[in-house]
Amino acid sequence: MKNQKKLNTKNNVNSEEPKKSRRDFIKTAWKGLGVVAGLEITGLTLHYLVDRKETNYGGDLFEAGLPNEFPIGTVTPFRRGRFFLIRMNDGGFLAMSLKCSHLGCSIIWDEKIKEFVCPCHSSKFSIAGDVINPPAPRALDVFEISVTEGKLFVNLNKKIKRDEFEKSQLIYI
Amino acid sequence: MIKTIINIFKRFKKSIYEGELNPQEEQNRLNIIFRSLVLHLHPPKVNEKVLKFNHTFGLGGMAVVLICLQFLTGILLRFYYEPFPGRAYDSIINLQNNILFGQLLRNIHYWSAIFLLVITSFHLLRVFFTGAFHGKRQFNWVIGIVLFVIIVFSNFTGYLLPWDQLSYWAVTVSTSMLEYVPLIGDTLREIVIGGNEIGNSTILIFYNFHTAILPVALILIMAFHFWRVRKAGGVVVPQSEKEDNFVTTVPHLVAKEFVATIVLVAVILLFAVMFNAPLLAKANPGVSPNPAKAPWYFMGIQELMLHFHPLFAAIIIPLGILILAILFPYFTYDTEENGKWFYSEKAKAIGKSALIISAVITISFIFIDEYFLKSLSLLGFLPDIIGSGLIPFILILLFFYSYVRYLVKRKKVNKNELLQTLFIFIVTVFIVLTIVGVFFRGEGMQLTLF
Repeated sequence: MKNQKKLNTKNNVNSEEPKKSRRDFIKTAWKGLGVVAGLEITGLTLHYLVDRKETNYGGDLFEAGLPNEFPIGTVTPFRRGRFFLIRMNDGGFLAMSLKCSHLGCSIIWDEKIKEFVCPCHSSKFSIAGDVINPPAPRALDVFEISVTEGKLFVNLNKKIKRDEFEKSQLIYI
Repeated sequence: MIKTIINIFKRFKKSIYEGELNPQEEQNRLNIIFRSLVLHLHPPKVNEKVLKFNHTFGLGGMAVVLICLQFLTGILLRFYYEPFPGRAYDSIINLQNNILFGQLLRNIHYWSAIFLLVITSFHLLRVFFTGAFHGKRQFNWVIGIVLFVIIVFSNFTGYLLPWDQLSYWAVTVSTSMLEYVPLIGDTLREIVIGGNEIGNSTILIFYNFHTAILPVALILIMAFHFWRVRKAGGVVVPQSEKEDNFVTTVPHLVAKEFVATIVLVAVILLFAVMFNAPLLAKANPGVSPNPAKAPWYFMGIQELMLHFHPLFAAIIIPLGILILAILFPYFTYDTEENGKWFYSEKAKAIGKSALIISAVITISFIFIDEYFLKSLSLLGFLPDIIGSGLIPFILILLFFYSYVRYLVKRKKVNKNELLQTLFIFIVTVFIVLTIVGVFFRGEGMQLTLF
């Protein structure tokens, strides 16, 4: 009995004088190694799972066409690229995602009222993508537009989130 | 020659199941339990009170039956289903039109899935209202919540697989809710659907979860769940002064289970024969249907999103409720009474009024917000996240605070009664939201009453 008590205090790490025996050290070392091994395997597995190539419709750069194919003040849908190409009244271009900023439904351009309408929760957006009617919390996302050899290219990998429309988002040719 | 073969056959049979058992004798009935792999999940003898159907309504057992049905039909469906966006829909069409009983098989799988969610929800309520989460049962409640979450996600991952307009947009809407998680939302969604659009990767990921990861997890955790029930001394029973009478599991319990199983399977078959599992047109990423709804068990959240900022409606409130649900057994209670329905007569009465108050408040709030308030525009001068998020959320918390004070000061409830009342209140809110979302939301998610 007395022996047992002595043993207990000796092994008790929380006692006033924490004396670490060699055995304790090895135990801790094993635990540490276990944690490291666990982290390694978890990390590798996660990396393996997330390491996917982006699958974009029609590649990274989407060729939209020549600028003068798009009259001023029009909205042209590109269903394959999942975006609208918009030419504002001042001639500036805007490539806007057709995913509603609320829950990702595909918005529709309503020619009569000149607004984008989401069929899911009836959010409405102006031609520049600003929210007219909630529940959408922010303006529609836009894509980067570049010009090569006079043609417009939309970079589907460069999606830009924004709160509202600003002039600087427009591209002029 | 023939004699030798018969002899081998007999010895083979005996090695599996030794000796004839005569269930007429009690000793033999106990032996049946001990010697059977399946039956020995049961204790050899059970409390007579457990046998009353309205003690547990057999809900846990029914869930097991449905899970077995899901495994059987699911494995059969796997022989025809092809998990690729270009082929999934056609493989379902092929299954339904060209394969003998293919449609029926899919219908059984569909209806069992719905029944499973409903029955496990009832099971959760039964366990809660009979106070079967105290003492030894604390951790088993947590395991139960985990199982419930697994079942919800089994349903959800299965929802995408037919790849029709219904499944595609329901999954689009549901996974988009993830984008509202602060900071990591976008990345989280990309990991879940394996890219920035729902496509090849999504269907593979969902298929893998639906047919491998979740079922295996379910089986393992279920075994743990049952073992903990046994360790806690079986199904919870009310304490009584007299000593309880125990009867042998065979035939008393097993016979009842058998009947319940047959009735349940018959009901499922009836539904499967009468109502086909829905299949709309093939998924078209360019065209959203109107309205686009999440699966019905997420409609409560989607309904909430029509009234509050998504960060609160889709993330903070559901996650908060889940965490509260997990922690429920670990609050301090005045008494740890087990086995009695609704704790006390007083708690029952207060619970009833809480149910009515909650339903009335929720319904009128939905009406007022829809037609008058539009909380989103009332505080329109503030940023959305504060005007339709933080401020309403604080108002809700204040309401609960005053409700708790009312219950404690005026009604003099103890902790058990208080927590039960709050539980009833929150569950009712959620049920009302789900019903409104599923049945009373039409085009553009407008309220449609009739």
